Amino acid sequence: MADQDTIDLVKDIDVDKYKYGFTTDIEQEFAPRGLSEEVIRFISAKKNEPQWMLDWRLEAYRVWQTMVEPTWAKVSYPKIDFQSLYYYAAPKAVTGPKSLDEVDPKLLETYAKLGIPLKEQEILAGVRQQGEKSTLDEEGAGATTPVAVDAVFDSVSVVTTFKAELAKAGVIFCSISEALRDHPELVKKYLGSVVPQGDNFYAALNAAVFSDGSFVYVPPGTRCPMELSTYFRINAKNTGQFERTLIIADKGAYVSYLEGCTAPTREETQLHAAVVELIALEGAEIKYSTVQNWYPGDKDGKGGVYNFVTKRGDCREAHAKISWTQVETGSAITWKYPSCILRGDHSRGEFYSIAISNGRQQVDSGTKMIHLGKHTSSRIISKGIAAGRSDNTYRGLVSAHRKALHARNFTQCDSLLIGDKCGAHTVPYLEAKTSTAQFEHEATTSKISDDQMFYVMSRGLSEEEAVALIVNGFVRDVLQQLPMEFMAETQKLIGISLEGSVG
Amino acid sequence: MLDIKNLHVKLEDEGREILKGLTLSVKPGEVHAIMGPNGSGKSTLSYVLAGREGYEVTDGTATLKGEDLLALEPNERAAKGLFLAFQYPIEIPGVATMQFLKVALNAQRKARGEKELSVPEFMRLVKDKAQQLNVTQEMLKRPVNVGFSGGEKKRAEILQMAVLEPKLCILDETDSGLDIDALRVVAEGVNALRAPDRAMVVITHYQRLLDYIVPDVVHVMANGRIVRTGGKELARELEAKGYAEYVEAAE
Ligand SMILES: Nc1ncnc2c1ncn2[C@@H]1O[C@H](COP(=O)(O)OP(=O)(O)O)[C@@H](O)[C@H]1O
Ligand SMILES: [Mg+2]
Repeated sequence: MADQDTIDLVKDIDVDKYKYGFTTDIEQEFAPRGLSEEVIRFISAKKNEPQWMLDWRLEAYRVWQTMVEPTWAKVSYPKIDFQSLYYYAAPKAVTGPKSLDEVDPKLLETYAKLGIPLKEQEILAGVRQQGEKSTLDEEGAGATTPVAVDAVFDSVSVVTTFKAELAKAGVIFCSISEALRDHPELVKKYLGSVVPQGDNFYAALNAAVFSDGSFVYVPPGTRCPMELSTYFRINAKNTGQFERTLIIADKGAYVSYLEGCTAPTREETQLHAAVVELIALEGAEIKYSTVQNWYPGDKDGKGGVYNFVTKRGDCREAHAKISWTQVETGSAITWKYPSCILRGDHSRGEFYSIAISNGRQQVDSGTKMIHLGKHTSSRIISKGIAAGRSDNTYRGLVSAHRKALHARNFTQCDSLLIGDKCGAHTVPYLEAKTSTAQFEHEATTSKISDDQMFYVMSRGLSEEEAVALIVNGFVRDVLQQLPMEFMAETQKLIGISLEGSVG
Repeated sequence: MLDIKNLHVKLEDEGREILKGLTLSVKPGEVHAIMGPNGSGKSTLSYVLAGREGYEVTDGTATLKGEDLLALEPNERAAKGLFLAFQYPIEIPGVATMQFLKVALNAQRKARGEKELSVPEFMRLVKDKAQQLNVTQEMLKRPVNVGFSGGEKKRAEILQMAVLEPKLCILDETDSGLDIDALRVVAEGVNALRAPDRAMVVITHYQRLLDYIVPDVVHVMANGRIVRTGGKELARELEAKGYAEYVEAAE
């Protein structure tokens, strides 16, 4: 079972070692340092973008210049000098995503090291390994199914696997640069339709300089035949990563998508400001999962990733459903509120979150459920775990419009504190403009008790193993929302992120 | 197996001494009962042996198979073969009982340098033992002790003991809160574990349990010390006369 793996992994690892902290030595091409119209033109030209795309970016840049950084989140950090960053970095040999055979072996090696063996994955596909089936509980290792991966290295997508198989089902899965080239009408129609250019400071910055990201379109009535996933990797120094993801599930379609992220260990802060837009049309369902493990910084928080992300889904038509599941373990600062606009009648939004903070990490994360249509429903389950000297805030808004008759929400926020130098905070905002709305909110804060620790340890588990086990129990409801393939991996990650939190 | 000599223990917070020079020796294969009034320090003794925090050992020694117990972490003591069935078992939300058993067993096996059990091997091991203790598959799927009735908690403790196969079993008031049928099931489970290379210390307030788990030796504990030791007939005598004379004498 996965918990044993958690335990083994925790044992094998030195405290303060971020496993994914290595750097890939590869020749890169950069845009000039700093942000200006020229840099934006440079990025757009690099990607051979149509004029409308460049205009869209420039518009975003103009808006961004009039905006100020938001300060309402419970996070503190030195002022970011946006002119000191690079906004574009790409491995030199890459001019666009290629087939696996053409990809620089150094890049394949990097992804293999990160546990994403792109090549092997494709070769193994169709072989369908039968894992050891456990009858112990529902989370026993099941069959391994292939997962299509879009690998994004700094600013560009280096490869997308399983494209041909997906195309057979009519599913488009490619980098957003390719989508601009091959499916411009789809991109033009949907880009910015959920998160407009001027939505917020970081979203505007992203709209101006985004370099790549993933694009998914699932045609009407189609169930996407495999899990889709994107793997984001920051490698270059002093480079911001601004990817943009756009997923459209047409009427009656279904897709499950997973995003993973890591970054090297660095002295300097690394900026990541992504935008994700999801659009679910009538009766469609999108399940979006994130396992975020950006470099959290050293024990004093130095060098970690600042993760300022805007993620929003639009249930644009009736009976649409969008479900966000996130496991946030990395980053020095997390500022992230995956949200749902419940526009279609009977549409449904879900937000399941595990946010773990240790060391000096600061997390301010939550969701917004905006009920606009009738009989819309939403469900929020948030599990925050704070250890070390970290700060962990859940911030959530649930609102029902005057016309959102019979809107329903259930929110449950549980916080777990490990040690007494960390903080957990819950900040719920509720706004119901119709008396027919039914909002329910439950919140708890607890500590791992000495009794629990003693009990578990008296059965043979070490202190760190005991913490990992108890925390995995605490987050179980949310863990079960993850695609099977990623559940075991995530349990390990939880153990690793909490190492050094006791003793 | 277990040798305790002149053990003095005080509460770390209050500084109050609870164990006041306790001496006890248990050989392999033996079952010892410790009886005594509430507050005499029986649970404290079991906690100190298992390694709970909050106690300070000011004098004396405790060894398991000759090895100093008091220097070890609770998990190290467990790997060396010590098991405590808790008077009040603790809830671990979200962790299925079955999963807990497996993680615990494999952690101990690993610490002892033994091969970890695969899922099928483990399943076979647990199935019979669970059945014997009336522990259903459904119960094994539930989180550890969460929502368990008093009887279920005690049966689950004994199941853990059966699966972990310890060398020294300490049972703290395992009979409390059990009706007579449940008591019988638990006692049978315990008796099934009696073995020439295994020792047991059964802590109880009442003689009742000892009708089912017949001890080789009975100790009376009062005010932090063993004040009398005898054969199994001593339990009956205590049942009839109560602890009053020992409490007075110990003060
Ligand atoms: N952790 C503790 N904190 C405070 N008091 C304790 C603690 N453990 C034991 N005691 C006290 O020690 C004495 C002995 O208790 P205990 O060992 O539980 O006795 P018994 O199990 O024989 O009833 C009691 O006065 C009890 O209140
Ligand atoms: Mg007691």
